[in-house]
Amino acid sequence: MLLIRCPYCEEERPELEFRNAGEAHIARSANMAGETDDDFEKFFFIRSNPKGIIYERWRHMHGCARFFNAVRDTVTDKFIMTYKAGEPKPSKLPGVGK
Amino acid sequence: MAKAAARKTAPAATPSVERRPALTGRSTTAAAVKVEVLPPAERISLRAPEASVPALSKALGVTLPNKPKTSASKGGRTALWLGPDEWLVIDEAGNDPLADCAGVAALHSAVGISHRNIAIAVTGVGAAATINAGCPQDLSLDAFPVGAASRTILGKTEIVLLRTAADAFRVECWRSFSDYVFTFLSEGSRDAAA
Repeated sequence: MLLIRCPYCEEERPELEFRNAGEAHIARSANMAGETDDDFEKFFFIRSNPKGIIYERWRHMHGCARFFNAVRDTVTDKFIMTYKAGEPKPSKLPGVGK
Repeated sequence: MAKAAARKTAPAATPSVERRPALTGRSTTAAAVKVEVLPPAERISLRAPEASVPALSKALGVTLPNKPKTSASKGGRTALWLGPDEWLVIDEAGNDPLADCAGVAALHSAVGISHRNIAIAVTGVGAAATINAGCPQDLSLDAFPVGAASRTILGKTEIVLLRTAADAFRVECWRSFSDYVFTFLSEGSRDAAA
């Protein structure tokens, strides 16, 4: 079983307590009615789905129930780091040469 | 109001208003563990921002913990940290915490959930092993000391777990899941004895 660090509970907890909640850092337009169809399609349907490092939202469903963001490698399924919702995308990832 | 009704025990006279706690009095005893349904208690689900915490702590008579996985207890009343702005307050002394919160002007949301939850006590040397039959958390005394509290899962249902002593836990689950949780813990207690 994977252990995922919840930034609110400040410890690693078993994966069964968590739910994935899709890709992170997708900003909703402040003027949704003014969006063109193409922009709306990009916002609403198009996801990056990378092979490698992905930024995702996760929810500690059966714990503190908070949403947070996680950086995960889709190849190894390893969690690189997690951080609180609302915090900016980390510029430097621990243990990743980039 | 609900409190008075909950204590009522005359079933025949007013069946439509009688409160019947689920699983009353059920218990199982295995070699190393006892699983037993606890009597009804008063409970609230409390949500409040940090600024309101001192006022609410004062009104409730118990300091709301602000550290993850902790609880605070005083005079039969226990406050369990569930999330950064969320607590479960359980009162076993028969006083209604909802009434105590009603006079607090600071921003908060208190919801009475006394009858939503059922509490099950798991006691004995095999208590942690019994709960670990369906709960993936580390329940060793280092990781989950006495007084530690957490919302987590047991089998297919969500529970709130509180360690009341080195070999005793209080399992809070939703009433509709209580039969499943009790049976699950009973089966777990048999394995823990082995």
